[in-house]
Amino acid sequence: MEVLKFFFEYKEAIFIIALSIFVGIEVISNVPAVLHTPLMSGANAISGVIIIGGIILVGHADLTKFSLSLVLGILALIFGTLNVVGGFAVTDRMLEMFKKKKK
Amino acid sequence: MDKIIGTLNGINFTIGDTLLELSYLIAALLFVFGLKLLSHPETARRGNLWAAGGMGLAMLTTLLLHKAPNGSGIPLTNVWIILASIGVGSVIGWIVARKIKMTAMPQLVSIYNATGGAASMLVALLEYPNAVAGDVSSILVTVLGLVIGAIAFSGSMIAYGKLDGKVGDIMKPFMTYLNLVLLIITVALTVFIIISPNEPSEMIWAIYTLMALALIYGVMFVMPIGGADMPVVISLLNSLTGIAAAMAGFIYNNEAMILGGILVGAAGMILTMLMCKAMNRSLLNVIIGAFGGGGAAGVGNEHGTIKEIQLSDAAVLLSYSQKIVIIPGYGLAVAQAQHIAHELDTLLEGKGVEVKYAIHPVAGRMPGHMNVLLAEADVPYEKLVEMDDINPDMPNVDVAIVIGANDVVNPAAYDDPSSPIYGMPIIDAHLAKNIIIMKRGMGKGYAGIENFLFFNEKTRMLFGDAKSSITKLVSEIKSM
Repeated sequence: MEVLKFFFEYKEAIFIIALSIFVGIEVISNVPAVLHTPLMSGANAISGVIIIGGIILVGHADLTKFSLSLVLGILALIFGTLNVVGGFAVTDRMLEMFKKKKK
Repeated sequence: MDKIIGTLNGINFTIGDTLLELSYLIAALLFVFGLKLLSHPETARRGNLWAAGGMGLAMLTTLLLHKAPNGSGIPLTNVWIILASIGVGSVIGWIVARKIKMTAMPQLVSIYNATGGAASMLVALLEYPNAVAGDVSSILVTVLGLVIGAIAFSGSMIAYGKLDGKVGDIMKPFMTYLNLVLLIITVALTVFIIISPNEPSEMIWAIYTLMALALIYGVMFVMPIGGADMPVVISLLNSLTGIAAAMAGFIYNNEAMILGGILVGAAGMILTMLMCKAMNRSLLNVIIGAFGGGGAAGVGNEHGTIKEIQLSDAAVLLSYSQKIVIIPGYGLAVAQAQHIAHELDTLLEGKGVEVKYAIHPVAGRMPGHMNVLLAEADVPYEKLVEMDDINPDMPNVDVAIVIGANDVVNPAAYDDPSSPIYGMPIIDAHLAKNIIIMKRGMGKGYAGIENFLFFNEKTRMLFGDAKSSITKLVSEIKSM
């Protein structure tokens, strides 16, 4: 019963998870080996979506007093940005090379 | 200005809230389409930009429209702090991404993956005190985000260290048990925190202990994994970072984060499985790390003699061939020989020789590593042939040139059931009419096993650093 209750309560989240997994698998299968690295690095950049959490966290942080949380929050933001910007930039650079000599 | 446009379940929602959710939907769709486009060579670059656009949109709308539960938006001072932090991260990320050498790409991907994991870990750590005691599901996602993020972070850092040659493979038999014990303690503490009825503020000690445990586990879990398994580990860690981000997404009930994270998690898992399949090993086998040193397969009996080849003979052989296949491995990356290899193939093509590159899925240290390197050296995409497509053609190949590859051409995969790589798909270099192997010395491959291809009567060895060997070969061919 508890399990069923849990399912009912979080049915939307469970739907999203199930469908996202399916979409992820579907999108990736049959990718040619030549694209494994850019794909991984592009996906890696997408996982930097955690940055949204960082923005929310720091966005509503109390600035009137200094706290460890604020420092860690800013750190999380910087890390997240590194992941996002660096990830997309490096993927673009790799793909640019693939394109160059395709006359 | 932010007009209330409706009421649902007793909660008022405004134009701003609606736009925010709408932007998350668009961002999530851009992630999906971006990833889809990324899996085709022609559209890949556009796909990456789409995904980046989705991320930019979600970041911007969050900054402008996100509201705390009490309804207040993000204050201006906080906006500046956020912009400054993002600015710092962007500048560093951008510069490093542009400057880094292509051979160092696996290291960079690991570093960026580590930062993503660290961000998830920190967000979860900071959100934990806000959780409500007894609310199992929200504590569950927070704690999972923390643990998975921490493992991805420290694991990726160790992977980086290994790829960069800073950290060696440390594999002691007791480590398997030690890791198992560590994992059990970590899981037990995770469960304890989740089911504990205490206020989160009373559990801060536990959450920090858990974080420390997870960080240690990340280190211990990557430490024993051998170099040849790096492509598997990197894509696995990549997958973990995605899952950690998704868990954090549940904390905020943020669909863009959930979908983006799970998408990456699933895609990373598939890639991991693909890599495992290419090595004919199970994921569990890679993690437990039973590879390396294990099969000191039948030394002696089948050994033939090693035959070296003179540069001039190699030059003649190559010049008068019709079909040549180059099989690159990690040695090519280490020697930075991709540019000179391309010079060799253009030179030979000029003499009417057909040259192709045979790419094994796990050649190098990252999925698709060889493709990136050769692309950097301007080798046309059409010349890179995947293993399954080249193998049927191998008996017609006049010369197979193996540059810095070892295990991926080891015929023991076919005929030695005692070999640890038995059953792993390989490039059939042994079927070619002649085989030239460029190698630094008689060292074994990462799998630490003897390669009988070296003793094949059709094989000639060309010892030395790949770059200088090919350079000499090129000038030899030119002077003919």
